[in-house]
Amino acid sequence: MGSIHLVTHQREEPPALHARAMDNLKYIRETMERSTAFTNISGWGQVAIGATALAASFIAAQQKGFKNWLAVWCAEAVVALLIAGWSMDRKARVAKMPLLSGPGRKVAFSLSPPILAGGLLTVVLYRAGLVNAIPGLWLLLYGTGVITGGMFSVSAVPIMGVCFMALGAAAFMAPPGFADWFMAAGFGVLHIVFGVVIARRYGG
Amino acid sequence: MARQSALKQSTQKKRAELQQVRGAKDHNPAPELDRLIHERMRLGIVSALAANESLTFNDLKRLMNTTDGNLSVHARKLEDAGYIAVTKSFEDRLPKTEYKLTTAGQRALESYLSHMETLIQQMRNR
Repeated sequence: MGSIHLVTHQREEPPALHARAMDNLKYIRETMERSTAFTNISGWGQVAIGATALAASFIAAQQKGFKNWLAVWCAEAVVALLIAGWSMDRKARVAKMPLLSGPGRKVAFSLSPPILAGGLLTVVLYRAGLVNAIPGLWLLLYGTGVITGGMFSVSAVPIMGVCFMALGAAAFMAPPGFADWFMAAGFGVLHIVFGVVIARRYGG
Repeated sequence: MARQSALKQSTQKKRAELQQVRGAKDHNPAPELDRLIHERMRLGIVSALAANESLTFNDLKRLMNTTDGNLSVHARKLEDAGYIAVTKSFEDRLPKTEYKLTTAGQRALESYLSHMETLIQQMRNR
């Protein structure tokens, strides 16, 4: 009986109760978002992206002329985007929660500005005749996006971003003939290695 | 173990009774709060598990930014209530504790959510 009294008593102070209820809902939503940003990077999806990138760097290396080379990598970018979207969606579905737009948006927002900047700078460098700097630029900018996007995720993700940036810096120093090797090492090998780590540690 | 499962049963029985009461008085604007899930740390654990298939003890510890002791106390309470299921195993000789939300836990969170929504709705209707 005591508890009924308590409830009626509480109902006499609706503003506080109402505010607390809002606060509780917000807390639940934020915890869910945080916890999914934590694991919703799909390790196996990343391995698949790495595998296609390895294939792409092999094909790109055979191309004559920068335009064909660029076309191969643009196609690979689309394939990678599709794999990433599909694998994250699948992992989100497992959780059966309609609140998953948050973490996905976070990743998209932090990755898209550097990628957009990379696209624009690719055009600038191409016009300036500095195509040799493009692989380094891509690796460097992709690394920055991964670091900021992975800030709320498992620690393996920002570490991967740092590796991308280091590789990009190295690509700037290396002779131009090594470009395809750097692309393969970055978008191929780094994705596969970290993908396996994430998948084994955080399930999928 | 026997005591634990007896406790689990009795809590589940109580919950079932509560559910019946809730069902019978669906119009009741302020049903009794589920204290077990209302506490911040436990609400956080249940929310995090609702959004993931499973999480390890260390994931939860990092996520909730808490200590081993605190997390295990709260996780134990949820486990005793049958809201979460625990599996213990070894990985590279290190003990690994994994938590999953049970159907009962999912339902508890859902009714907690609707309870909060009811409270907000009441305010709006005033």
